[in-house]
Amino acid sequence: MIAEAGHYALVLALALALIQSTVPIVGARLRDPALMNVARSTALAQLLFVGLSFVALVTLHVTSDFSVANVFENSHSMKPLLYKITGVWGNHEGSMLLWVSILALFGGLVAAFGNNLPLSLRAHVLAVQGWIAAAFYLFILITSNPFLRIANPPIEGRDLNPVLQDIGLAVHPPMLYLGYVGFSISFSFAVAALIEGRIDAAWARWVRPWTLVAWIFLTLGIAMGSYWAYYELGWGGWWFWDPVENASLMPWLAGTALLHSAVVMEKRNALKVWTILLAILTFSLSLLGTFLVRSGVLTSVHAFATDPTRGVFILLILCLFIGGSLTLYMWRASALKQGGLFAPISREGALVLNNLFLTTACATVFIGTLYPLALEVLTGDKISVGAPFFNLTFGPLFVPLLLAVPFGPLLAWKRGDLAGVAQRLMAAGIAALVAIAMVWAWTSGGAALAPLAIGLAVFVIAGAVVDLVERTSLFRSPFATAMRRARGLPRSTWGTAFAHAGVGVALIGIVCETTWNSEYIGTMKPNDVARLAGYQLKLDDITQRQGPNFREMLAQFTVSRDGDKISVMTPSKRSFTTRGSSTTEAALLSRGASQLYISLGDTAADGGIAVRIYHKPLVLLIWFGPVLMAFGGLLSLSDRRLRVGAPKPAKIASKPPRALQPAE
Amino acid sequence: MKRIFASLVVFALILGASAAYAVQPDEVMADPAKELRARDLSRELRCMVCQNQSIDDSEAPLARDLRLLVRERITAGDSDSQVMDFLVARYGEFVLLKPRLELRTLLLWLLTPLLLIGGGFALWRHNRRRAVGETSDDGTPLTLTAEEEARLERLLASEGGAEKP
Repeated sequence: MIAEAGHYALVLALALALIQSTVPIVGARLRDPALMNVARSTALAQLLFVGLSFVALVTLHVTSDFSVANVFENSHSMKPLLYKITGVWGNHEGSMLLWVSILALFGGLVAAFGNNLPLSLRAHVLAVQGWIAAAFYLFILITSNPFLRIANPPIEGRDLNPVLQDIGLAVHPPMLYLGYVGFSISFSFAVAALIEGRIDAAWARWVRPWTLVAWIFLTLGIAMGSYWAYYELGWGGWWFWDPVENASLMPWLAGTALLHSAVVMEKRNALKVWTILLAILTFSLSLLGTFLVRSGVLTSVHAFATDPTRGVFILLILCLFIGGSLTLYMWRASALKQGGLFAPISREGALVLNNLFLTTACATVFIGTLYPLALEVLTGDKISVGAPFFNLTFGPLFVPLLLAVPFGPLLAWKRGDLAGVAQRLMAAGIAALVAIAMVWAWTSGGAALAPLAIGLAVFVIAGAVVDLVERTSLFRSPFATAMRRARGLPRSTWGTAFAHAGVGVALIGIVCETTWNSEYIGTMKPNDVARLAGYQLKLDDITQRQGPNFREMLAQFTVSRDGDKISVMTPSKRSFTTRGSSTTEAALLSRGASQLYISLGDTAADGGIAVRIYHKPLVLLIWFGPVLMAFGGLLSLSDRRLRVGAPKPAKIASKPPRALQPAE
Repeated sequence: MKRIFASLVVFALILGASAAYAVQPDEVMADPAKELRARDLSRELRCMVCQNQSIDDSEAPLARDLRLLVRERITAGDSDSQVMDFLVARYGEFVLLKPRLELRTLLLWLLTPLLLIGGGFALWRHNRRRAVGETSDDGTPLTLTAEEEARLERLLASEGGAEKP
């Protein structure tokens, strides 16, 4: 009953999406407000019905209704409640339902909070959302229906893949999808602008908050996925340049470029055509990611060829939306007027440079991910493109980009003074040089590149601080005045500083982890001691334990340093009987931002156990950086200038000249 | 979600077979310098039955065989490039995680520098073209005519002159 209701709700949502995708456009042509307002009600109703459908699937999973194929294949009655819920999106059908639910959520949000949008723009935006939604409802209903019943219901389910039974994965996919699908709003705005043939600074102001929301979630989603891989996959890697990861990195890079170019458009009415293109590309890359992951084309070109229904369907959606929007772009973009001029050395110029490097980086990931596929399809040759390729091509792009980051916010709009900015960045430069010298001396001339990279990271962080110091004239005026100015700074200025500093912080973590990671590999018996990076790790004993749906072998280690006991670590190996598979549960011990990491291997015949211990210096910064970036994004989002319709801030009588600068 | 399906595939291949993991204690070479070389090479080699994993990361039995093979070649006195050549001769270029620069991988390697140079050039040209004879939103020319330039010169000169005394 619940399954049928969920199925039916989804069909109704499709019907609503079809109405939403046509009637408002007709309304806009006829300038009929009533017809245009249909978009709003259908978007909200769509959200309601997809929501019901999603709740229905969750209910089926929670109540372990094994007469539904999706529940039977991915659940087990003994599974903890949390994983019964998260198991809903731990499989293809369920995750697609989550995808459309989030799409409907964003559409609903535009409908509910878009009251200050011009009526025809809102109608067009929601109509485009309707097209996307309709395409994906069709995809789910035709090829990936999660509500299918089994004729003879089995008593027990097949259980969820044990690797996925983890709290990190409870949150990771929804986060990632909020990012992916959030970019659909920027896309819809771009297409709506092309249809209307009108675009101005106000457009950028409407689009930016949505882009920012999507970007924040995508940033956190990618970081969380990376941390999950780090502790769950058991070999301490945190980024593998896997096509599945690249699929999420591409929209992130394009989205980051979009955020920056939208700033130029909002402040200076320039880069309009380019911003529109980026908005289209960003969501196209999200769709591409969906295609790559959902079609099975990554696993093997041949697997794709043998069961192509889903793949071909998504490929069609992909061609339709990307091809359609790009055609529209080529047709209409020339009608859009170019805006304000600027000199190459200016805030706009710096943001253009940012866009050049970010889009090139994005293209590099794109070609690295798709080249092996394309080559195999065209010639049958198989090649591999992995981490060493990306380290060589993608990595170097970030050196000039990061060098330029501190300059951007300090340059004036229209025409900047590079020498003046360089002078103001002197302190940051000195901090970077000191950092390089210190790291180099401390590691006694080991790797040459690592201290330089750390210096670059310090330059970025110090540059963000300098920006704030300059804007508040901290060292040039009384402290109280500076504090008052700090409070008066736009939130987006603080957001920029935090986000840029976050990039530097992440870079420090990445450099330290890859350069000074140390490891111990060996077979240990109880009472053996492993020594690593100044720590002694004694294996106390090995025990067995029964979990809810698995058996577990635990090893207990006592960690001490210079004879003082610090903590106890218990890595384990779990075997899941239903699927006959096992997972390694690594034990992690944080010491400041550094971590000790133990994962277990096989037991030997003589009672010893294979053990792998890592010491990863400052590894936590890799994920703390993105958290800072997301926090910066959140600060920007709370800026009243971005909250469309918020009243203008009251003018302060004595305006500090620098704080007046529009700050990004 | 993206990760899930990668791991589904990888783990179906690996955990189903055996629950070993990357570099085993019994594989480690006695000479730390040689072991370091072996590890560096391992990171450049693909475990061919896995999805985009190096043999250094992979737990698959094939990856173990390859790791042992790399160490065997190093023990036999091969240089790094000889080890790579040996593996390519045996398993094809599919085994290299960093494809060699040749005709069929030309676009792969050259796209990044080409885009950067091309993009930079396009920006430079765009900037020059726009500086000459484009109009802003309201239709006024964005550059000055020769007459206006001359007038500006005169104004600036007179202002400069006024300040001097």
